[in-house]
Amino acid sequence: MTTTHADPTTGIEPAAAEKNGAAKIVCNACPVLCNITLGRSGACDRYANLGGVLTRVDPLVLTRKSAGREQVPLGEAIGQGGAWDASAKEARPDELAADQAEDLFITGVGATTTYPDYKPAPFIVSTRHEGVDTVTVVTEGVFSYCSFKVKIDTDRYIGPEQAPVRCDGEVVGHVTTAEYGSQMLSLGGVHHLTGGSKREGRVTCQMMMDLGNKKPVELEIEGGAKLVVAAGKAPVINGAPEKRMRVGCGSATIGIFAPQWKDHVDEVIVVDDHITGVLTEHQAGKYIEMKPAGIRIKGKRSTPGRYFQVANPGLGWGGTDITDPLSIIDKVDEKTAWPGLRVLFVSTTGEDSAYFVLDKELKFVSTPMPAPVQKVVDRIGENCEPALCTVLFLGGAGGSLRAGVTENPILLTRSIKNLITNVTCGGAPAYVWPGGGIMVMVDVSRMPDNSFGYVPTPAIVAPVEFTMKLEDYAALGGYMGSVIPVGAALQGQKYAVVEQAPQNPWPIGSQPVVG
Amino acid sequence: MNPAATRTALAGGREHWQHGPIDLVIAVDGDAAAVARAYARAWTRFQGVLDELVAELPLLRTRVDQVSAARGVVARRMVAATRPFAAEFITPMAAVAGSVAQEIAGIFAAEAGVRKAYVNNGGDIALHLAAGEGMAIGLVANAHAPALDAQVQVSSAGGIRGVATSGWRGRSFSLGVADSVTVLAHSASAADAAATMIANAVNVQHPAIARAPADTLKDDTDLGSRLVTVEVGELPADACAIALDRGYAAANLYLRRGLIIGAALALKNQWRTIGRLGGPDLEQASPLTRLAA
Repeated sequence: MTTTHADPTTGIEPAAAEKNGAAKIVCNACPVLCNITLGRSGACDRYANLGGVLTRVDPLVLTRKSAGREQVPLGEAIGQGGAWDASAKEARPDELAADQAEDLFITGVGATTTYPDYKPAPFIVSTRHEGVDTVTVVTEGVFSYCSFKVKIDTDRYIGPEQAPVRCDGEVVGHVTTAEYGSQMLSLGGVHHLTGGSKREGRVTCQMMMDLGNKKPVELEIEGGAKLVVAAGKAPVINGAPEKRMRVGCGSATIGIFAPQWKDHVDEVIVVDDHITGVLTEHQAGKYIEMKPAGIRIKGKRSTPGRYFQVANPGLGWGGTDITDPLSIIDKVDEKTAWPGLRVLFVSTTGEDSAYFVLDKELKFVSTPMPAPVQKVVDRIGENCEPALCTVLFLGGAGGSLRAGVTENPILLTRSIKNLITNVTCGGAPAYVWPGGGIMVMVDVSRMPDNSFGYVPTPAIVAPVEFTMKLEDYAALGGYMGSVIPVGAALQGQKYAVVEQAPQNPWPIGSQPVVG
Repeated sequence: MNPAATRTALAGGREHWQHGPIDLVIAVDGDAAAVARAYARAWTRFQGVLDELVAELPLLRTRVDQVSAARGVVARRMVAATRPFAAEFITPMAAVAGSVAQEIAGIFAAEAGVRKAYVNNGGDIALHLAAGEGMAIGLVANAHAPALDAQVQVSSAGGIRGVATSGWRGRSFSLGVADSVTVLAHSASAADAAATMIANAVNVQHPAIARAPADTLKDDTDLGSRLVTVEVGELPADACAIALDRGYAAANLYLRRGLIIGAALALKNQWRTIGRLGGPDLEQASPLTRLAA
């Protein structure tokens, strides 16, 4: 990867050419403190002195088509593990027969960048795809304007909208508009990277790199929860891992399961922080001709059988703060209710449930749940998807990095908008926002591990690849003299091959996802 | 100021631990509680290992016949593992990878409920096998054209606790031209030192071999200006045979001295095997070696 100076948490800049003779630098990436001569790497082979700057020299990452190809084990760590760098190797031309090269895609991971020089991208490689010559321009972009949107599948209250989100004491983003079944965070961005204190910038940069690299990040919301988020993993909220998304709000849950409850209970109260549902009052209960049960609950009635604010938000039942379901009961109407009335309380994930039968005084008596009722409670759980954190990277690729592709950058922008040139990040499909520029959005879970790096500006380094037909590349003013075959591009390169994530379309021959 | 050691889960329940130039891949099998206890202890230990080594790095880069005593337990193990080879040029650094692996594997071995474990430090592997346990180890001659070339079944009774591989393509420099030399020994530190020395011995003069002084390639190398192999081109079969025979002679000597249990030497398409890996050669080994094996 590109110019990763020492450690963003310390912000120690490379002591370039200090005291160690003109061309030597001291690497402070580990306690060995190698003195590295210009052009060489340290004891770990991870850091090198390139042009007097301490530089992380990760191997170039290639993805290989996963479908129908026998997997050749390339070493300990190839595959889903994160440590593919352990299996990096020098390319040998004999390993890349033409048929094999067609199944390989060079990602920008480890490609290095041209920033801020206006020169051809590090790799402009040609491949034949279904008989057509194609070109992929491979680079790593340096992004100041970039952020991560994090979708946290939970209805639990994590903090007020607009609240600052802190990491290691620094503000690194904010809580944004909640979405269906999810809380949303907007993290990073140019104002935190370069607009605040030096420390804020460093902490933001490290946090963004970790998020992009699918590592867990600890966050604290002002006036809200402490979170641990990692792409593709369950969120941890105030120390408790979230398990499931709710099947729907309380009202939706009533609507979905009403007929299945009909013959087994006389009332169902679905506890939910957003809308709590009461079966016999609800339109769905009326439709299946259930008799009013006379159990009144707290909260503000919205429409029949649908109640807002039955309790406070919290970490209890259905995203409320209650742990005893009877605490939301306002009263039992003696004229309507009857002894022996069967009541189910359940949360919108099925994780919490309780069953009661009213006695002669119409008091709730906790009773073992009958099997048919338990079955529907279990079904609520089965219908809840696992709660995950989803991490989307947003970055503007419409700036100077285009100069590594063409001498006339606007032609690249238009070529993408006209679906001629595909844009991928580490081989993963990028959604291109409508409007001006090339604003890409990509799910980091689809990218190879450790795709993100940084420069000490601080700014984030992310892989970007532009793929098109050779003739289209010529038409947009591409650097035709720099186009080389994949095999030649890899000569003498350290590289690692990872399987293409199966959910990703093959970048070559696919159209961009344009908004 | 230095970034801390990192710990990453890998597929199949393995873990990757990294600190500076140290890369470990660890797999452990046994009673879950015991494994967890051992992992916790091993991780604590691992975080201190690099600093200890760095503290006496100049000493560890000195040829071993000029080293009197090292302080750290890993450093002492490096010295002990390389001293038997002191008749030739060797520094304790020749056993650094194996010695670190052995330190971590030793922690797993000390926990009664851990049945078996391996700690792979960039190809130098320390094993722990409780009584009755075994493990299959694959040999790959050329990591740049990987194929499973052979498989060795090791068992607790056989005494093999270290497997190390050396060659000019590896991360450390080699004076020789072997694609790989894999050594089985009683400990990972012994295997590491021996693999280095045997790989150095696999050598021949030929124009197809490019060499360069080590200190023109890497700063602070313990090899100084000694010529190390940077490229092996089209080497004819007879030249390969000469190189391998030289390596075999060295391996045979170490086998007889009880320093190794077996070795496999690979160059281009040719192989030599000896000791536990060689079949008939075991008969010629000294009774001492056979007992130890």
